[in-house]
Amino acid sequence: MRLQVEKLNFSYGTNRILKDLSFQIKDGEFVSILGPSGCGKSTLLNVLAGILKPDGGKLLIDGRAVQEPCGTFAYMPQEDLLFPWRTILDNVCLYGEIHHCKEAMRAEALQKLEQFGLAGCEDKYPDELSGGMRQRAAFLRTTLCEAGIYLLDEPFGALDVITRGDMQDWLQSLCSDLKKTILLVTHDTDEAIYLSDRILILGEPGEGIRKEIQIQEKDRTREWLYAQGELRAEIHRIIKEKETR
Amino acid sequence: MKKWSKAAPVLVIAALLLLWEAVVQLAQIPLYVLPAPSDMFRTFCSEFQTLSGHALVTVMEALVGMAISFAAGIMIGILMDAMPVFHRCIYPILVVTQTVPVIVLAPIFIIYMGFGYAPKILTVVLMCFFPIVVSFSDGLGEMDAGYLNLVRTYGGSRAQLYRIVKIPSAMISLLSGLKVAATYSISGAVVGEWIASQSGLGYYLIRAKNGYMLDKVFACVLMIILLSLLMNALVKLLGYAVLPSLRRRRSIQS
Repeated sequence: MRLQVEKLNFSYGTNRILKDLSFQIKDGEFVSILGPSGCGKSTLLNVLAGILKPDGGKLLIDGRAVQEPCGTFAYMPQEDLLFPWRTILDNVCLYGEIHHCKEAMRAEALQKLEQFGLAGCEDKYPDELSGGMRQRAAFLRTTLCEAGIYLLDEPFGALDVITRGDMQDWLQSLCSDLKKTILLVTHDTDEAIYLSDRILILGEPGEGIRKEIQIQEKDRTREWLYAQGELRAEIHRIIKEKETR
Repeated sequence: MKKWSKAAPVLVIAALLLLWEAVVQLAQIPLYVLPAPSDMFRTFCSEFQTLSGHALVTVMEALVGMAISFAAGIMIGILMDAMPVFHRCIYPILVVTQTVPVIVLAPIFIIYMGFGYAPKILTVVLMCFFPIVVSFSDGLGEMDAGYLNLVRTYGGSRAQLYRIVKIPSAMISLLSGLKVAATYSISGAVVGEWIASQSGLGYYLIRAKNGYMLDKVFACVLMIILLSLLMNALVKLLGYAVLPSLRRRRSIQS
C-alpha cells in the first residue's frame, strides 16, 4: 500500500508542530523518521494513527483519501501495552476481537507464535515474559491487524542495548516476509540505517523534512552497519547543525 | 521470623482477651456492667439458635442492600466516567450523603417507608453505595491512556473501550470498594433494625440492652463481627473466582 501525506498541519495550542508536512511512502517501502528531540516525530505518528486530530491536510492510501484513520493503520507504540490480565494469545488477537473475527485470528496467531519466538507462550501472561518477548508479542499483535501500513513508534526504545540489537536483527529478517509498508519513528540512527530503505530527517517543529537519505544496500549485516560511520556522522551533522543555528 | 509475623495478630487478640478476662475477674465487675469474654462466649453458644434466626434476617437485608448498591454503583460509576459533567454534578451529592449520620436518616426512612424491610435495606444501600461507586469510577479513570489509544487506533468503539480496557482494569479497585461495602453492610442493616423492627440482630440488641443483659449484647456484637468478616471473605472469594489475575498474583506471592 502506498501512503501519501499532503500538507499536514498540527499544533499544540499556539505551538505549531507540523506545518504543511508532505511526503510519500511507496508500497512495501520501509521508511524511518529521525529528528531532534521535540521535532514532532511521535506527534506525526499519533496524527496518522488517529490519536490526535490534525488541523489540516490530507492522508491518501493508494491515492484514496482516508476519512477515518482509526482502524486503517497497524500502530505499535513504544511500550508493549499488553493487557496484564490477558494471556499472550488473547493479547495478540486484540484486533480480531474488536472486529469480531477472534476465532480465525487465534488460529493464525498460533501458527505465527514460533516465527515470533513465542512458541509455547500462548497461555502465559505478559509478566511471565522477558522485555524482548513482550515486544515481539506486541509486534505479532501489530502484524495480525488487517492493515497494509505499519506505524512503529520507537518500538524498541524501552529495551536494553543488547535486546534492542537482537530485536533489530529479528525485525530485519522478518521484513522481507512481511511485505508491508512501514513507517518507523526512532531516535536511534543505527536502527534507522540498519532497517530502512529511506530515512526522512525532520527539522525543528514546523520546519518539515530537512533531508531524505536513500539506503541502497540490500544485504545488510551488523558488520556492514558498523562500517557506516560516515553516513552516521552525516545524519548527526544534519540533525545538529540546524539545532545550533 | 515469617511464622511469627503471621501469628502476631492472633497472639495480640488473644492477649487482649486474656487481659480483659483478668480485669473482670480480679476487679469482680458485675455482669450488667462488663461481662468477661468467657461470659460472652458462653452466652454466644447458649443463644446461638436465637441469634442465628435474627442473623438470617439481618444477612438477607444486607445482601439485598449490597446487590442494589452494586447494580446502582456500576451504572452510576460508568456514567460518571463517561460524562465528566455528570461526575461533577453527582460527586458532591454522594459525599454529602456520607456526611449525614445514618442514625439520623434511619428514623426518617421509617417515617417514609414504614416498618418493613425497605428502610433497613435503604440504610444498607446508603452505607454501601458510596465505597462501591467511588472505587469503581476511580478505577475506570486510572487506566493508562496508551491502552485506550491502542484500542481506538484498532477501530474499537466506545463500548469496546469499556468492555476490553476500562472495566477489566477497574476490577481490582472495585473489589476493594466491595470489601469495604460488604463489611459495612451488616452494620447498616443493624442500624436500620435498631430504630424499629420485629426481628434481626438490631432488634435483639436493643431488647438485650433494655434488659441490662450485657452478656447477650456482647454475644450479639460478636455475631455482628463474625458476619461482617464473613461478608468480607465472601467478596474476597468471589474476587478469586471471577478474576484469574488475582489468583495468579497470589500464587506468585506465595
